[in-house]
Amino acid sequence: MLLRYRGGPGMLAWAFHRISGVAIWAFVVLHVIDIYLVGGNPQAYDDLLAIYASPAGRVGEALLGAALLYHALNGLRIIVMDFWPALSRYHRQLWYLCWTIFFVVGLPVAYIILKPIWEGAPR
Amino acid sequence: MTARYTRAGRARPAGGGLELMIWYLMRVTGIALFVLALTHFLILHVLYDPAEQDASWIAQVRWSSLFWRVFDWSLLMLVLFHAFMGVRTVVADYARGGLRTVLLTGLYLIAIALFAAGTMVVMTLPVVPAG
Repeated sequence: MLLRYRGGPGMLAWAFHRISGVAIWAFVVLHVIDIYLVGGNPQAYDDLLAIYASPAGRVGEALLGAALLYHALNGLRIIVMDFWPALSRYHRQLWYLCWTIFFVVGLPVAYIILKPIWEGAPR
Repeated sequence: MTARYTRAGRARPAGGGLELMIWYLMRVTGIALFVLALTHFLILHVLYDPAEQDASWIAQVRWSSLFWRVFDWSLLMLVLFHAFMGVRTVVADYARGGLRTVLLTGLYLIAIALFAAGTMVVMTLPVVPAG
């Protein structure tokens, strides 16, 4: 899909939105199950939490945050263009604005999430 | 018919009815999730660290106040609608006929199960006093 169709930024924005959306959906399914375990089987939840807090888990956590932030920002971009169609003329600029905010906000957040990998668990 | 502009989202369904309502609700829940989901992520992944959020932390700290239980349940309702209606659009785009029916049925069953499990735990988890 991504390799065959050369639709430019608009198509990439759509593909990333769809991929990040399905990824977040999959995590939501997992996350409701793990929180259900807090009531149903706290020991199983704590065991799962140790995986989340491991180095590999933290990389996954950072990727989840990236998917969430992109989906949130590009979602606002979609809404803006849906309700003010004249602005869809500037869909590329709006997409680049999304990426600017994505990196300005996302890089410090990724640093905070990943830092315990080399500094040890906090607090 | 007027042109339906879109550069990334699903085009506004013509003709109204349930599909148009879902289309609007995706945008309304999307704006609400922008605030609630990002706040949830900011608190639980940036201000706090997952390493400290074991089961007793959730009972003693996170869900010791009614506010955060209501907040997290609202987030659950919004995200279940938004995520499952979103995946429904994806399924409808790629699957036809019997496969689509099977996938959508499974999707709705998972949504109902998560609605029940999430609602139950947020409402029934006992509050354990800290200490």
